Amino acid sequence: MGVRTWIESWPVYRQLTGEDPTGRGAAAKSRWSEDLRPRTEDADRVVKSVCPFCAVGCGQNVYVKDEQVVQIEGDPDSPVSRGRLCPKGSASLQLTTGPSREEKVLYRRPHGTDWEALDLDTAMRMVADRVVDTREETWQEESNGRRVARTMGIASLGGATLDNEENYLIKKLHSALGVVQVENQARVCHSSTVAGLGTSFGRGGATMFLQDLQNSDCIVIEGSNFAEAHPVGFQWVMEAKARGAVVIHVDPRFSRTSALADLHVPIRAGTDIAFLGGIINHVLTEGKYFEGYVKAFTNASTIVTDEFRDTEDLDGLFSGFDPAARDYDVSKWTYEGVEVAAAAGDRNQLYKARSEEELDVSRSGRPEQQGAGGAVIRHASRQDETLQDPRCVFQILKRHYERYTPEMVEEICGIPKETFLRVCRHLTENSNKDRTSAFCYAVGWTQHTVGSQYIRTASILQLLLGNIGRPGGGIQALRGHASIQGSSDVPTLFDLLPGYLPMPHAHEEQDLGSYVRAVGHPHKGFWSNMEAYTVSLLKAWWGENATADNDYCFGYLPRLTGSHSTYDTVMAQIRGECKGYFLMGENPAVGSANSRAQRMGMANLDWLVVRDFSLIESATWWKDGPEVESEEYRPEDIGTEVFFFPAAAHTEKSGTFTNTNRTLQWHDRAVHPSGDRRSDLWFMHRLGELIRQRLAASEDPKDRPVQELTWGYPLEPDGEPDAAAILREINGHDAEGRPLDAYTELRSDGSTSCGCWIYCGVFKDGVNQAARKKPGSEQDWIAAEWAWSWPDNRRILYNRASADEDGRPWSPRKSLVWWDAERGEWTGHDRPDFEKHKAPDHRPSDGAEGVEALSGRDAFIMQSDGKGWLYAPAGLNDGPMPTHYEPQDTPFDNPLYAQGRNPTRLLYPHEYNLYHPDPGSPEADVYPYVVTTYRVTEHFTSGGMSRWTPYLAELQPAFFCEVSPELAAERGLSHGDWATVVTARNAVEARVMVTDRMAPLRVQGRVVHQIGMPYHWGPNGYSTGDSANELMSMALDPNVHIQEVKALTADIRPGRRPRGPGRRELVRSYRRRARITESTGTGE
Amino acid sequence: MNVSTDSGAEQPRLGFFTDTSVCIGCKACEVACKEWNMVPEDGLDFTGMSFDNTGGLSADTWRHVAFVEQREPLAHQETGLGRRDTVDLGMPSFELPGASAAPEERGEFRWLMSSDVCKHCTHAACVDVCPTGALFHTEFDTVVVQQDICNGCGYCIPACPYGVIDRREDDGRAWKCTLCYDRVGDGLEPACAKACPTDSIQFGDLDELRERAAQRLEDLHGAGVSSARLYGEDPDDGVGGNGAFFLLLDEPEVYGLPPDPVVTTRDLPSMWRHAGAAAVVMLAGVAATFLGGRK
Repeated sequence: MGVRTWIESWPVYRQLTGEDPTGRGAAAKSRWSEDLRPRTEDADRVVKSVCPFCAVGCGQNVYVKDEQVVQIEGDPDSPVSRGRLCPKGSASLQLTTGPSREEKVLYRRPHGTDWEALDLDTAMRMVADRVVDTREETWQEESNGRRVARTMGIASLGGATLDNEENYLIKKLHSALGVVQVENQARVCHSSTVAGLGTSFGRGGATMFLQDLQNSDCIVIEGSNFAEAHPVGFQWVMEAKARGAVVIHVDPRFSRTSALADLHVPIRAGTDIAFLGGIINHVLTEGKYFEGYVKAFTNASTIVTDEFRDTEDLDGLFSGFDPAARDYDVSKWTYEGVEVAAAAGDRNQLYKARSEEELDVSRSGRPEQQGAGGAVIRHASRQDETLQDPRCVFQILKRHYERYTPEMVEEICGIPKETFLRVCRHLTENSNKDRTSAFCYAVGWTQHTVGSQYIRTASILQLLLGNIGRPGGGIQALRGHASIQGSSDVPTLFDLLPGYLPMPHAHEEQDLGSYVRAVGHPHKGFWSNMEAYTVSLLKAWWGENATADNDYCFGYLPRLTGSHSTYDTVMAQIRGECKGYFLMGENPAVGSANSRAQRMGMANLDWLVVRDFSLIESATWWKDGPEVESEEYRPEDIGTEVFFFPAAAHTEKSGTFTNTNRTLQWHDRAVHPSGDRRSDLWFMHRLGELIRQRLAASEDPKDRPVQELTWGYPLEPDGEPDAAAILREINGHDAEGRPLDAYTELRSDGSTSCGCWIYCGVFKDGVNQAARKKPGSEQDWIAAEWAWSWPDNRRILYNRASADEDGRPWSPRKSLVWWDAERGEWTGHDRPDFEKHKAPDHRPSDGAEGVEALSGRDAFIMQSDGKGWLYAPAGLNDGPMPTHYEPQDTPFDNPLYAQGRNPTRLLYPHEYNLYHPDPGSPEADVYPYVVTTYRVTEHFTSGGMSRWTPYLAELQPAFFCEVSPELAAERGLSHGDWATVVTARNAVEARVMVTDRMAPLRVQGRVVHQIGMPYHWGPNGYSTGDSANELMSMALDPNVHIQEVKALTADIRPGRRPRGPGRRELVRSYRRRARITESTGTGE
Repeated sequence: MNVSTDSGAEQPRLGFFTDTSVCIGCKACEVACKEWNMVPEDGLDFTGMSFDNTGGLSADTWRHVAFVEQREPLAHQETGLGRRDTVDLGMPSFELPGASAAPEERGEFRWLMSSDVCKHCTHAACVDVCPTGALFHTEFDTVVVQQDICNGCGYCIPACPYGVIDRREDDGRAWKCTLCYDRVGDGLEPACAKACPTDSIQFGDLDELRERAAQRLEDLHGAGVSSARLYGEDPDDGVGGNGAFFLLLDEPEVYGLPPDPVVTTRDLPSMWRHAGAAAVVMLAGVAATFLGGRK
């Protein structure tokens, strides 16, 4: 440094000679300031990624320097997120690079009291051995005389936080092994969405995409804490609001979502069907429905069989109810003239094996099949276009909701008539040719014993208002995990094969032909190509071994005999039938209903494999779980062998997440995982290799599906499988190996292979379409060149309905796609969800079948009559129209019918899973308050990715419960202090938050208090607390086996819960007072 | 005050406009700030102050989201909660608690959220009192502590009229928002503004932000939200206007902000003048005493 420079760098010199005589600006600038550069400036590379938390799917830029991630921030190119991130996304640097992630494999030997070190390779071999041995030991070739070819000794849980490719390998390997109990978070979060939207419209995904909310004129958020659980998606609600839209939030709590809404409507938890049914009644009786739309695109005019009886006729039951089996003969609800064949091999999909509970098809999750194709109706139906026939759907619907008056809504929901009518006014004023309204919901709707019917109610309403398939209209099912949509599409679910093909059932689906006859062959629509989708899937899994001669290896698939959902698995673990368990990024000891039963199940396992970032509660319950504290068992008593594998983060692997828009977004690997951390892709692939090695020489026929499985994936230099190769397999190819462009190219003759037919096209032209990153700012609001959406890159489903019967947009303001008569094709802003050259006036010939049978106005192309279903003549197990039933645990009778609760709900009475006394019984007031659970912005689901992350934990450091000042006074609770909440299942303690945001409601002439509890906490991690799910029971929706955790009853008392055995004694003392037995609450 | 850059081109003053009327209280700003600036996590403390478990700005919190629950109506918002216009006289009730809990009796309620930050004052007392030159006005007219200079004397802490700047326990130096000095120098947005999901935090040229804020205020007033007001945008206020200003929906005190902040060094010149005058008078008196003594 020269003398001159040295002098000039002296601040006093600069002060005296420069323009800063006071020395408070440039003269004071130090060397540190001179040299300051953002650490992103000299990053070696910027890798395009996707946020791993919720399903908004925000774009992330990952900055890498010297093979270390140095910064993660929003990707401004993403049309979904526009560069923004919520606190969780903003904390992903700490999540992925912080010290809370485990780096080494841990092993707990049976009856061990602590973890031991184990090298990765040995651990993998041990797990492979456990799988092979348990499979051998528990193999079932037959069940009740029918071939099932499976093992019920092994189960797997988790997938929604993983990539689609990882889900694909999990399902593929387990299916080949005969493991049917494969489940993920979608079961406990959004399975009702699939059945609800699927039966209504033909596909089980959100009908719209988040960005399109900006075009809405009215947005009703109900059953969702949108602003808190999906903050970045909420920007589109704010955009709509800025453009003048009315935002309504219907929720038991006043949350951060309500704070930004124009109208907040407090509602009693568990009564949304009554509320929405009330709006349906208002729309029908006041004539506010969109007549042209209803007549053109819904089944309003279809005549229903004269065997049908409504809940109005049977006091809360539909026709066909069997009280002994507690389920319905759904043939009593079908369209007139549609025969439900009883001949073997051609039975209705919902055939019920009355004599054999074991072979219960109705409980095998068939309603989820409607995720990509509507329920099957095999004949043409009769219509009355005037809508006057008393047996037409329109009139039946009108009668069904006649008694859902504003007064009844007030009586059931606690919503004053004026407030209710205000909602009706906003909604109907903003639903017509020129205006559209959207509904946004999440698990506040899905997690009920009538969850699927909640979604159905909104679907009916949106069809009546003409809001489906139109810009700014639709139903947004807000998904909560990065790929929970993907883990339903490429399902790690027991009842589904990829693309919502049903898992074959043992009853009658032993060969491909009878399978397709039993669950396919609709009168019309694209589901009629189901055989092509199935054969192509079998070709993807078993390659050249799958031939026409061997039924394309259809016999290799294990068979269902009823419900094998995650809750059935827990009961099977408690019974000792399920012995091995994989947890793939899911934490059931916190996230699933009845945490105690979850742990009791795991305590009865032979072996448990946990793959996660940190030592979650489901990995350590044997050591420090609540039952150890309450002295119910000691670690030495527990024989479960536990393997913990540290998982790779999203920055350490490539693959696709499918977000809530049904958009597959590719994220690139930024760095290699360190230590023993591996992707789930690596884990499943390696596990498959080891098992295949062990079984290579076997001549046992049950090992052939494993031996012949296509498993030769190219590996990257570090041994990680090439995710793009797996996505190519999912996309599919023709006989020459050329990637397919669309699912319409799939054939049933074995010439095409496709791992998931709805994802066919994601590798169109051999290009990874999911990796397209054309900036949103360079595209219109559809942003069709950003990533790829199923099906066929269509962003708004059923968009044929955005044009009138003649193919003209309903209004210029709401145009989306339209018929271009000159060119003879559908065109517009979005890709038409319709056959491109089928004219609006096209009418099929009488004998037409399948796709041919779709007319030019059958906008719902997956439905077997081409219509949106106001009335579901098939597809659901608990009724063709939603009916208000009270929750399982409720303080109130049902004022509408003698039937109080859903008559077909699934119950699992057991000493670990007791229910509360019926309303009106003398003991009912032992648990007098209504409880609902929810998420807060600062945490993520069961907390595995947030409670360990200090930047998030400090923002919400404690488990709390929210109560009104009135309830606090009634029970002597003080703000900031502790309270104990008790149910028949367990007792938990939480900090008390007394707030006006919880309002007592007046229901049936008395005041009801509600308690709000976030469910993120558990005893492990940096921020700890009791888990709200300890309080829950397993009471399930009969269609999809989702648990009711959004409405239940409990008592609350001041102070902390007892320690040690006192906790159980407290729970027992309540049970005694309430005279609870295993049969309590299991009646009507 | 505009400061010339090295290139000689006029560098417009940069700042934040935080529009609290669209804040969803997600705290992305708090986290994004901590991630970028590597600010330490500062403990698990359940405060019970609504959803605010941060407490306030400090050396380890450079963005802080306040949550205010009020029994006040927000125009055009109908909440069906809160008790309307009833004054609790503390008299014993003859009703069960909550018995008269119908929403029409409870009236309106609102939940305000606001992300607070260093105001980057035009007349920054912290800079004035800093004896080492660690605090300075950057070329963007933001106020930054230079960590290579700061000696931890702490004079700046009582000088700040907003209570923003604070000393970090373990290293003793003063820390606060730098308006991401490193990022803006490279043409990037500050981390908080970039993350903000609803654009409640806007970053840019201060003049442009002021125009935008005036427009937003007009819109809100037009929509009947008469309680909306700007805070810190006025160049004639006690600190010469803030580089980070706000649109609030209530009095500043409600959010924990001083209603009429004044740069604490405002009176320094006159204090020095008075001290000087006093010294002169004293000297004159002493001199007079001596001179008088000779007589």
